[in-house]
Amino acid sequence: MSIRLENVSYRYLEDTPMETEALSNVSLEIKDGEFVGIIGPTGSGKSTLIQHFNGLLLPSSGKVWVDGVDLTHKDTQLRKIRQKVGMVFQYPEHQLFGETVLEDVGFGPQNGGLSQEEVVERVRRALAYVGLDFEELKDQSPFELSGGQKRRVAIAGVLAMEPSVLILDEPTAGLDPKGREEILDEIRALHKERGITVILVSHSMEDVARLVDRLIVMHQGRVALDGTPVEVFRQAETLKELGLGVPQVTELMHELKAKGLAVNTDILTVEEAEEEIVRVMGGQK
Amino acid sequence: MRFRNLTIGQHIPGDSIVHRLDPRTKILGTVLLIVLLFSVDGFVGYAMAGLAIALVIHLSELPWRYVIRGLRPLMVILLLTVGLNLFLTEGEPLFRLWFLTITKQGLVRGLMMGVRLVLLIMGTSLLTLTTSPIQLTDGIETLLSPFRRIGVPAHELAMMMTIALRFIPTLLEETEKIMKAQMARGADFQSGGLMQRAKNLIPLLVPLFVSAFRRADELAIAMEARGYRGGEGRTKFRELRFGRMDAVAMVLSVVYTVVVGVLF
Repeated sequence: MSIRLENVSYRYLEDTPMETEALSNVSLEIKDGEFVGIIGPTGSGKSTLIQHFNGLLLPSSGKVWVDGVDLTHKDTQLRKIRQKVGMVFQYPEHQLFGETVLEDVGFGPQNGGLSQEEVVERVRRALAYVGLDFEELKDQSPFELSGGQKRRVAIAGVLAMEPSVLILDEPTAGLDPKGREEILDEIRALHKERGITVILVSHSMEDVARLVDRLIVMHQGRVALDGTPVEVFRQAETLKELGLGVPQVTELMHELKAKGLAVNTDILTVEEAEEEIVRVMGGQK
Repeated sequence: MRFRNLTIGQHIPGDSIVHRLDPRTKILGTVLLIVLLFSVDGFVGYAMAGLAIALVIHLSELPWRYVIRGLRPLMVILLLTVGLNLFLTEGEPLFRLWFLTITKQGLVRGLMMGVRLVLLIMGTSLLTLTTSPIQLTDGIETLLSPFRRIGVPAHELAMMMTIALRFIPTLLEETEKIMKAQMARGADFQSGGLMQRAKNLIPLLVPLFVSAFRRADELAIAMEARGYRGGEGRTKFRELRFGRMDAVAMVLSVVYTVVVGVLF
């Protein structure tokens, strides 16, 4: 399922003295099966942008198409779109409400009109995706779980709709390193195994560098850069001007090069860096 | 979204004469306006009160559109008041509509009530539009402090109001966020019968209460961590200052209220 935005602008508090433009003239297309990262400083319009992907916000001007359907058209059933474009908000555990994990995770598919057996089956699968045991948790209150488990249950609540596009807004914020690692691995597995389109908003350059195929950099409501992670992180100077950085290993490679070591700086992970340094050092011996 | 259109209780920062007045002046001025609106009888009196409000709006440099938009959420109450007065006042019949009779007295009273309400809402929303919540509660606290001796907990009341006001936008934002998150999971807050709609609110209300309690807890701890222990011996960062403009405004308001109130 593809998402296409054409000249989208969005203004908050339109027609009041406090009107602010959060997006200005954004055009982009996200193709079926892509793994896209969106980064940008606070207030750059990331959250506003992703809410246009499933019609939670409609543009003040411009057009949005999801799977060829025009979201700005009056007759478009946004609820149908939202079943296909799943969205995990920041701190999703703050939206838990069910008496049991089963009820909470089943909320989405139930709203989609599935039968009770199907809902249970969906919940079982969704919990498995995030590494939780259905039998153990289904009758527990989501409020009694640990922080990491709550987060997973909340993400499962979106996965249970089995969307073809999954949008995640900072899914690892506030988790410990192990929890972060696990959730990111699960997201990667979802993308690989089920081939769904994933859009990941993140503040962590390391995370996006490791995971995504394409990186969109937002700045002041506009798309500042758009390309593969290697292409984007090559523009280290521009990123710094925007108040962002590059992954620490990439930074390290840049510094090594500045010190006179002839390394390739298109390096995004520690493994790649290790290989590259061994190659260069080995060549000198 | 829809919640953001509320003008009542909202503050628009500015640097006009009205904005710079001491909050106590503005609170007392608003009280005087209310007294005026309830003491005059007849359209001339309302016109005079309206004139005063128009002058303040002009001096406050607020966009007219914005002040008038504040009336919208109260349209139902307004129509109801006018309607009830229009149809239920006894007197000389003007014309009949099925079983409803509009009387001359009803027409006059309905219109007067309507005008009075409109002026009341516009006048009082001017207070909050031009005064920040902190200033407002500071003003109320000082105005109430003489009554502390008879047991009015002035500081506590003001602190409660500050916190309540401070959390209105936060909770609205939270509501919007949770609504969006549940809508993303296919929740529907707009259709269905009354019972169904009430039931549909559960996924919104439960998380909202959970987060309100969490916030209250965090706030209490944060306040105590910074040494808060009630109003006893607490000093203020911004002392209120009753300046010359305040004296002028106060005298003018009192004189205007008395003159208009007595004459009309």
